[in-house]
Amino acid sequence: MRDQLLPVSKETAVTVTNIATGVLSPLKGFMNRADYQSVLDDMRLADDTPWTIPILLHVPSDFVAGVGDEITLVDESGAPLALLAFEECYRISRKEYAEKVFGTSERSHPGVAKLYEAPDTVIAGDLKATFEPRLPFEGITLTPAETRVLFREKRWREVVAFQTRNAPHIGHEYLQKTALSFADGIFLNPVIGKKKPGDFTDEVIVDAYRSLVSNYYPANSVVLSVLHYEMRYAGPREAVLHAIMRKNFGCTHMAIGRDHAGVGNFYKPYAAQEIFTEFPDLGITPLFFREFFYCKKCLGIANEKICPHPADERLNFSGTKLREIFSSGQRPPNEFMRPEVVDVIRSHHPAFVE
Amino acid sequence: MPKYTTVSIPTTLHRRIMKMIERKEGFKSASDYVTYVLREIVAMHETEKVPDPFTSEDVEKIKVRLRALGYL
Ligand SMILES: [Zn+2]
Repeated sequence: MRDQLLPVSKETAVTVTNIATGVLSPLKGFMNRADYQSVLDDMRLADDTPWTIPILLHVPSDFVAGVGDEITLVDESGAPLALLAFEECYRISRKEYAEKVFGTSERSHPGVAKLYEAPDTVIAGDLKATFEPRLPFEGITLTPAETRVLFREKRWREVVAFQTRNAPHIGHEYLQKTALSFADGIFLNPVIGKKKPGDFTDEVIVDAYRSLVSNYYPANSVVLSVLHYEMRYAGPREAVLHAIMRKNFGCTHMAIGRDHAGVGNFYKPYAAQEIFTEFPDLGITPLFFREFFYCKKCLGIANEKICPHPADERLNFSGTKLREIFSSGQRPPNEFMRPEVVDVIRSHHPAFVE
Repeated sequence: MPKYTTVSIPTTLHRRIMKMIERKEGFKSASDYVTYVLREIVAMHETEKVPDPFTSEDVEKIKVRLRALGYL
């Protein structure tokens, strides 16, 4: 029996924390081969529980360990994160992983590119002990145990989760409020962590949401807390994982919009909604939304389902367009984004990941 | 381990299922339908059995943090 240290990346450190705090429940560690293969082939763990994205610990190919070994996972500064009880070491086919999870092995897909950067050797094992991690945005980070107690204290029975990786424009707000109209509360849960160049920075997203919530939400109808998590951009499969995580936070419903967790043109606009028909046993109910826009004829925010007017009457909320407006030093119109949110974004330099 | 196993259902029920899925989109076979329905029901029964994970001590500790952060 050996005890050894294994340095892990910032993103893996976040995964360790998510396993330890129950965000990724029922996982107790990194996946063994049986679970991994079952997730690829059937979108379920080996015990039939719905699960769509492998949670793996990549190691250098010369890594050696034996059953019973205890491996100390350490972060980039050498601080211990967790003890892992080594179970097995195996190799994955990155091509198979990419094709089954992302639906493509094209390297222009950011999730695929990231997968190919990692070694194809992985180790499995449960976490035996974990240490308190130092995470940014600590005062706005809640664990599933905390949100469950919080929702109970607020007497919320139906809680709808909203996942985001953007500063909120009016389209997001209308989607959230449409969902909220049918629930006791909404759990706004922006993703904090590694993003693509051109995305809003984490600081902008958090401050923008704080401003939206304090100016435009009734106090007892919303909880804002961040999720430390690295986007995979796996579209439909990732939408299901997003829902599983929010179920663990105690939510009963999850809003799924157009091209949820997608990137470029890799997924059909509503594929991330269709996939949910495979999971009658998910334990959280998805709420599906069409895209919202501003309609000049309706004189307000609408979506395809409720507005009969042609495209040239509609003002679409495009992220690219917003970025252009901010980059050129202008303000988006009020039909596009709340002025208080615009002020917050303009106070940040840089507002976008470079 | 093989991926599938067999369970028996009455032929009358099988006929009934076949008739129904003919008219309903989304199910390729009676097996598909039975798997779907069973997963839904089994998950429901499993969640009924989950005990409350928190002791009152845990809850008090959590409430202290939630108050300190302004959530409560
Ligand atoms: Zn209209």
